[in-house]
Amino acid sequence: MTEFLGYRRPDGRVGVRNIVAVVSAMDNTNPCANRIANIVNGATAIATPFGRTQIGHDFEMTLRTLSGIGAHPNVAAVLVLGLSLATAETLAKRIRPSGKPVEILGLQEAGNTMALTTEGVRITADLVVAATEQTRELCNFSDLIIAVECGGSDTTSGIASNPTVGLFADRFIDEGGTIILSEPAEFMGAEHILASRAVNPEDGERIFEMVKWFEEEAKRNGVDMRGTNPTPDNIEGGLTTLEEKSLGAIAKGGSRPIVEVIDYSEPPTKQGLVIMNTPSAACESMTGLLGGGAHMIIFSTGRGNAIGAPVSPTIKITGNPHTALTMKENIDIDVSRIITEGEALKIAADQLWDEMLKFARGKITRCEVLQEDQLSVSRFGPSV
Amino acid sequence: MEKAVVIKAVDNVATCLADMTAGETATIRIDDRETVITLQNDISFGHKVALTDIAKGGKILKYAEVIGIASQAITMGEHVHIHNVESIRARGDKA
Repeated sequence: MTEFLGYRRPDGRVGVRNIVAVVSAMDNTNPCANRIANIVNGATAIATPFGRTQIGHDFEMTLRTLSGIGAHPNVAAVLVLGLSLATAETLAKRIRPSGKPVEILGLQEAGNTMALTTEGVRITADLVVAATEQTRELCNFSDLIIAVECGGSDTTSGIASNPTVGLFADRFIDEGGTIILSEPAEFMGAEHILASRAVNPEDGERIFEMVKWFEEEAKRNGVDMRGTNPTPDNIEGGLTTLEEKSLGAIAKGGSRPIVEVIDYSEPPTKQGLVIMNTPSAACESMTGLLGGGAHMIIFSTGRGNAIGAPVSPTIKITGNPHTALTMKENIDIDVSRIITEGEALKIAADQLWDEMLKFARGKITRCEVLQEDQLSVSRFGPSV
Repeated sequence: MEKAVVIKAVDNVATCLADMTAGETATIRIDDRETVITLQNDISFGHKVALTDIAKGGKILKYAEVIGIASQAITMGEHVHIHNVESIRARGDKA
């Protein structure tokens, strides 16, 4: 069993980062959360649009995602901000079972945003100082979840970077880890391949159903998906149809059996290859992956997409030699020698493996150092 | 280094690995065979070239899977992209 150094949390989960999160329960306290995180070194703001007067499915998605990020093992401690203490507590009580320190503040009780900021800075600074007493200890890969994602795809994604990530995924699962593959709209045309790999036939059916839901959405809206997906930059990069994009996209999930199919921001309960139902937009998808507890995200790009997630280090890999050059400052791993020199995928996958180990130990990614991150929680209906 | 790659032996398109110009030839290795294709159009890096003639309505095969159908007749060496290939899936405009 391969080991790495991580932070052991009270609930037994293991983190690769030791972040203090300032979580805004709703959009109306986002400026305070951002301000506090800007002032306190070591703090990260979790501030998303919406939350207030959301109902039903959307409200549950927001709560599940924000509490999932608060409880995330890369997070050492949390301050939750609410318009009132009651709204902060609604979220905080779903984070507390993780056993980590969770503090709450309400804007109305604090009096005004200056007072909330001052009090928030004081609490967050204390949480950061306390968190730094934690040290890394030996952990197993069975404690780790890595999500695989792609964005700004072109034909090099399907030939070089995604198959590299796929070989990596197989090795990681064989060593005891869990891989999450998401974005079922981009299984379209390739769903039969994935469904046939589901250990449980019901999960195979769910894969077909998820893809059908997205396809029906195109029909309900009376649109040809082309131009939206594949996107104009996908098309410029040589991808002709969604089917072609999908066949390249699923390569990053490797070849192992699918052990579980989960919903947006749900944590996996099994070890191995897991499918999460998320939309194809990278920020929305990564927000769900983060909510579900992915420790790191490997993000494959062709034409170039620089965005990552906060909290979960996002590792950028490209097989496009042009992007590797022009987007050098945003790319962690260049595997374009597969294209330019015919290098074996295995060599590229080994390179990704070595880098993953470094990032798990604390080396920071290009997304982290440049703070290229964005959260967007998926929503389907209106707020009332 | 080959200038175009075929992913599976049954595929009828190859992906160009360089910006190529009309009249240029690409040597493509499929298993142990080598095929030489003369390009009919300028084809950009990452774009596809037809390895055979494909009739209108014929399947476009890549990864040994159907990635779309020919919306017009395509001849060997021609650029294969959105101008002559249609998606089969998610066609709300045809519903």
